[in-house]
Amino acid sequence: MANSKRISAIILIIVIATFLLSWIIKAFNLEGSPNNTGLWFSIRDAFFITIAAFLTLAIFSFLYKDNPYYKFAEHLFVGISAAYWMCVGFWSTLIGNLVPNISSSLSTFFRVPYKGLHFTYFVPLILGIILLMRLSSKRGWISRWALAWIVGTTSGLNLIRYLRTDFISQVSNTFIPLLVDWKGVGPFFSHFSLSSTGQFAMTLSNWVIFIGVFCGLIYFFFSKEHKGIFGTASRVGIWVLMITFGASFGYTVMGRVSLLVGRLTYLFRDWLGLIS
Amino acid sequence: MTNIGLIISFLVIGVGLLWLFILALKGREVDRRIIFIFIGLAVSVPLLFRISFSEKATPIVRDVFYKIENLPEGSNILLSYDYGPSMAPEVEPMSNAFLRHALAKNHKVFIMCLWATGQSLIATAIDSIIKKEFPEKINGVDYINIGFKAGGQGVLNVIITDFRKMYLTDVDGVNLDSVPIFKGIKSLKDMDLLISIGGGFPGVKEWILFAGAPGNIPTAGGSAAVAAPLLYPYYPKQMVGLLGGIKGAAEYESELKKVYPQFANMPTPGIAMMGPQTLAHLVVMAFIVIGNIAFFVNRRRKP
Repeated sequence: MANSKRISAIILIIVIATFLLSWIIKAFNLEGSPNNTGLWFSIRDAFFITIAAFLTLAIFSFLYKDNPYYKFAEHLFVGISAAYWMCVGFWSTLIGNLVPNISSSLSTFFRVPYKGLHFTYFVPLILGIILLMRLSSKRGWISRWALAWIVGTTSGLNLIRYLRTDFISQVSNTFIPLLVDWKGVGPFFSHFSLSSTGQFAMTLSNWVIFIGVFCGLIYFFFSKEHKGIFGTASRVGIWVLMITFGASFGYTVMGRVSLLVGRLTYLFRDWLGLIS
Repeated sequence: MTNIGLIISFLVIGVGLLWLFILALKGREVDRRIIFIFIGLAVSVPLLFRISFSEKATPIVRDVFYKIENLPEGSNILLSYDYGPSMAPEVEPMSNAFLRHALAKNHKVFIMCLWATGQSLIATAIDSIIKKEFPEKINGVDYINIGFKAGGQGVLNVIITDFRKMYLTDVDGVNLDSVPIFKGIKSLKDMDLLISIGGGFPGVKEWILFAGAPGNIPTAGGSAAVAAPLLYPYYPKQMVGLLGGIKGAAEYESELKKVYPQFANMPTPGIAMMGPQTLAHLVVMAFIVIGNIAFFVNRRRKP
């Protein structure tokens, strides 16, 4: 146990020494760069670059195993995020939206243009106060009213939009011509092209959408046993779904690799100066 | 020297993969940390040796590009930075390319965000792109930053009828009624193109559902790769076009460089990322193949 504590202390000293050294070297590098804006700014910028590199490596260290450096970076991130969102919420919602509609003197104090007294804005103000009743163990149930209001309005708002744009419009999007610009077999072969905007590719694309949607829907139709032609269509449907999941997985890999590239670029360029 | 380093790196990755393949065939387990090292190498090598590939814009990306290109000069384009620093490496190349393109075409650019974290990224974009590359553009005349408002899709639901019910001032506290760019602008319906760049909630989808479709306003998007597959069904009827992940950004950058010679030397992080992307994808594919072969070989061995 004592040995383990000693090793942890040695690692901590090495980490601190390494990043202090990195800070000093970086400050000298920035001081000597063509964009030099003064010693104080070099020291400050070098500190921020070094601390960002340390936090990046601290998060990466989780790939080896869970450790105190990872925990520190994680907690710091959560704390800063919470504080950031609270400040933004205060300035954009309370000061930006509420104050100009309820108080002239507060609007002057916070330097936002006063829009006149609108009594409707007292409704969200009261609901907001009610929401904070959650902090009370005895009166916590009152906060459910505000929550119910939020759930009700959000679902009402979303229902119409989703129904119109996500359901009806999407259904109509599947009504596509299965023979694009069809002028007969002769013109089709005489103007045959494998271009992505050509007649063949467009027709093939529409057939893939048609079969994919049709068979995908059949897979989710459980009122009839999946046998015979119906079963075959259902199997095609599950293949379509699997290909979709595969494409999503590929995109996810691309996204995660991009984020990794972003951090490694930061380490190699901004911190270590290995690339320009 | 670069080529030697490149060959050595490829050899290390290739021999390492072969070693893993042999280990897998012998039925030995491979520690997950070894896989992380391989991915790290596959991403670092092209970054350090600057491997990149030429890109050609696909129709879905070209449609967005030529929508901006074919709008008459002085058209109103709204850019919404619906992302935070965690998504920035992937989608920032898109927003930067959109901003450069719109300003180069002398469009009026209205910048806002539905994510609070987008505010600081807008400020960075204004400092690093508009003020440096387009010093002649005037804040409040050629572009404006109206910042963030909480409420997600609720904000869109309001500003589709009236901007001023949500936004009284720009981020600097200047009253919108006194800003030249906002003269004659009442709501989102006065915009010629809406572009949302993001990948979470609220994002491109909410812009289509709550602004583009109900207001019949052309809407385009730049999306993080994770969310891109869910947005393709909206193209081309409900969405002008889409930049899906860093590949979409790279394609847009290549088209921008091709059409605008003045951007020949602009930073192209999207194109630069395609080298690491390609190698990392090859390594992931190799792992999938090795894993499957090992699985079937070991299944046959079992009595």
